[in-house]
Amino acid sequence: MSIPGASLLNGPFARRWIAIVLFLATWETLPRLGIVNATFLPPFSGVAIFLVRTLISGELERHILISLARSATGLLLALSFALPLGFILGWFKTFERYVDPLIQLFRQTSAFALFPLFILILGIGEVSKVAIIFYGAQWPILLNTISGVKNVDPLLVKSARSMGLGRFALFRKVVLPAALPTIFTGLRLAATMSILIIVSAEMMGASSGLGYVLTNSQYNFDILRMYSAIVTLALIGLATNHILVTLERRLTSWKQEVATW
Amino acid sequence: MIRETVALESVNLEIEEGEVLALVGPSGCGKSTFLDIVAGLAEYDGGEILLEGRKIQGPGLDRGVVFQGYALFPWLNVIDNVAFGLEAQGVKRRERLETAHRLVELVGLTRFEDRYPHELSGGMKQRVAIARALAFSPRILLMDEPFGALDAQTRERLQLELLRIRQETGKTILFVTHSIDEAVLLADKVAIMTSRPGTIKSIVEVRLPADRKLADDLVRSSGTFIETREEVWRSLKSEVDKAAELEYCI
Repeated sequence: MSIPGASLLNGPFARRWIAIVLFLATWETLPRLGIVNATFLPPFSGVAIFLVRTLISGELERHILISLARSATGLLLALSFALPLGFILGWFKTFERYVDPLIQLFRQTSAFALFPLFILILGIGEVSKVAIIFYGAQWPILLNTISGVKNVDPLLVKSARSMGLGRFALFRKVVLPAALPTIFTGLRLAATMSILIIVSAEMMGASSGLGYVLTNSQYNFDILRMYSAIVTLALIGLATNHILVTLERRLTSWKQEVATW
Repeated sequence: MIRETVALESVNLEIEEGEVLALVGPSGCGKSTFLDIVAGLAEYDGGEILLEGRKIQGPGLDRGVVFQGYALFPWLNVIDNVAFGLEAQGVKRRERLETAHRLVELVGLTRFEDRYPHELSGGMKQRVAIARALAFSPRILLMDEPFGALDAQTRERLQLELLRIRQETGKTILFVTHSIDEAVLLADKVAIMTSRPGTIKSIVEVRLPADRKLADDLVRSSGTFIETREEVWRSLKSEVDKAAELEYCI
């Protein structure tokens, strides 16, 4: 005999949501019971209501759009720079061996370590923020494109060559589709990276954007506003990943599994 | 220090049109290298390889290659994999698909046209690879240990399948194999290679007609089969021993 409620807790739906529901319930009850100070951690419902209200009033919308625009610009620039460069470095392996030490050196240099430099050279305006996103987001794209192109199964290349494919056709019909899943993983990492970076960059020097909202509300002790900005950032991250995973599934449906992280 | 390895030396082989020739020899004797050279995938110096009187230069669609590892494009389904060579040739899509359908049918995979390689078994993958190599009507089919990665039962089924396909298409085939049984079963002539540097030691004719092999389940236990097998083995044995002594032929 089965207990009616048990299947509900066992289903795929429950598995997906139960941890989140428990987390939010804890968040709701702890401040309400006075176990944690509600001044520093207001109950979830309060944050949710505040978030919806500021979204409706359009106050938060402006900052969301500004942050997204900065991230997207940096990401697109990174993509248009790192993708072609990755193809070249992956394809011309000897050349890549010469350039690789330099890539490794720069890759290990944190984007934030360079932010003061960017501000110094490019000023405190939009350009330095887009530049730091560009810098941080290009690495996963560049490195994944290089490794995707470099690690194409040599047997596939051999087989395509045996059918008389020239270098260009070989690249377009074999190397590109074979490398696509790896490149896409890089793109997804870069998208996550661009959102992480924009928050920090806006916290360091900006008068708009979600990162600015975060620090500004902390200074003004506007705790609800601070939490609503944090929740918004988490939701944006989730949505971005979801969109890219969906796109990736569609583009690489021939593969068995697509990682969702 | 770079030491040049001579993989092959004076390999003289002739394949008649419509003939199936099997190349056997100790591991590492250069069988696959030879096949790569014929396919135009490896460089060689000295000597020449002629296909219908014309010297072979680089790869081309007059030769279809089947690899041991299938080499199917995982992002293409069965029908598009089979049509791949035709696309490279610039054949129109409609025509391409027509030919591909016909060949998928020839290898008995019509029901699986829309499947992707990861959804197929090893045997099915190799059928697709054979169909792909036949699709652009090469003058000769080159097979590099085509059934080497398959389990015993699938292997035997595909051997018979290849006999049938050969019967239906009359294709000239050159294939490399480890297995003497396979060579005698499939080929009209078996060429035995020596250990490195590889050269042709002898050629054994198989006096079993292809239709007989196809029709007779017990062909493997027939006298002619066993005698031919013995003959090939006798010629090969000393080379295998020699190869075992030489360290670079593992």
